[in-house]
Amino acid sequence: MPEPLRIAVASGKGGTGKTTLSSALALVAAGRYATRLLDCDVEAPNAALALRPSLSEQRAVSIPVPRVDEARCTHCGRCAEVCRFNALAVTPRQVLVFDELCHGCGSCVWICPEQAMSESEARIGMLDAGTTETGIDFAQGSLDVGQSSGVPILRALKRWTPAAWRVSPRIEIRDAPPGASCAVVETLRDVDAALLVTEPTPFGLHDLKQVVAICRELGLPTAVAINRDGIGDAAVEDYCAEQALPILLRIPLERHLAESLAQGNSLIEAAPEYREPLARLLQGLIELAEAPR
Amino acid sequence: MKIAITITAPQTDAPADPRFGRAAAFCVIDTDSGAREAHPNPALEAASGAGVRAAQTLIDLGVEAVISGAYGPKAHQVLAAAGLGLYLAPAEVKELDALIERFQSGALARAETATNGGHAHA
Ligand code: SF4
Ligand code: SF4
Repeated sequence: MPEPLRIAVASGKGGTGKTTLSSALALVAAGRYATRLLDCDVEAPNAALALRPSLSEQRAVSIPVPRVDEARCTHCGRCAEVCRFNALAVTPRQVLVFDELCHGCGSCVWICPEQAMSESEARIGMLDAGTTETGIDFAQGSLDVGQSSGVPILRALKRWTPAAWRVSPRIEIRDAPPGASCAVVETLRDVDAALLVTEPTPFGLHDLKQVVAICRELGLPTAVAINRDGIGDAAVEDYCAEQALPILLRIPLERHLAESLAQGNSLIEAAPEYREPLARLLQGLIELAEAPR
Repeated sequence: MKIAITITAPQTDAPADPRFGRAAAFCVIDTDSGAREAHPNPALEAASGAGVRAAQTLIDLGVEAVISGAYGPKAHQVLAAAGLGLYLAPAEVKELDALIERFQSGALARAETATNGGHAHA
């Protein structure tokens, strides 16, 4: 089965219109190609609001968390020392395990000199999948409240092939989590191109630079979309020129657009005139992804 | 007896820090000899579980009682499981000498409260 072309839509912070754009891109792509959208914003998945898929399949995601056999444990403290996530504490009488801080990495089990640790599966979140009326294959991951790591959910999301999906999509669009966390890196890791959504303000520029750094590190072809174009200053533009980042779309600040989007309409419903620019954006991203590197 | 007070800088004359897990440092005091040592809080670097890490640090230092402004649920759970006495520093008292004196005269309230945010597997 040929791999789809994978495009991630990311932004340094929330509220930049990232999900609006990723779902609009999926809608435009679905008009021409078999398309799938993965909502990777596991702490607050909301692409389903714009795309309205009927979700027909569900799966729990769990990670292996350590359990301690106190009869064998000498309370040496090695496990707590090796845990990068501070999910363990060793007191002279017992080992405390904080499941919600554990990332399931297995380091503690591996290092325990007494083989006093074993692993037990603990649920951290779930996956949902289905299709939309517009023919998009859809899946999202969501982290349970109080859990700290979205990365295992993203790994499971990326590997999952729900029965409801069509066999071989040409385009996969990933709505990345906001920010520059491990979950963002996990989302971007194996994509063919990244589209970064930003605003032309000093804050927008600051956040943009952080995500650009991740994309550079991963060697990703990267382009920029400017939302609320016309507010702020030219610093984002200058930065993009200097970094040779193509600006593939500009969405000016328009009140009717903002209001329509706030009512849960997709960008194309809110502003049909964006169909053409979005088709060009998609084409630009495909060319970027397929350009010889 | 060895006690620790959360402080705002890694110096033995620094004022008390009201936070526990994200305190800048700990002042460890031997109440018998009066000796003091400042230890930076390694949990400041932690992306997660700062309270657990800070609590572990004090356990490893062999402290028997802690004085701080507040304890998160996980830190409280770890410190209590290790049998440490947890005391609350009144917000207006910043000076270590004053806190030590209040501790020794039994004037500090114990931090009994903690919403249970984790699980102990004994
Ligand atoms: S490493 Fe093993 S023996 Fe040491 S404290 Fe942890 S569980 Fe106990
Ligand atoms: S599995 Fe990894 S993250 Fe979980 S407690 Fe052990 S060392 Fe920490």
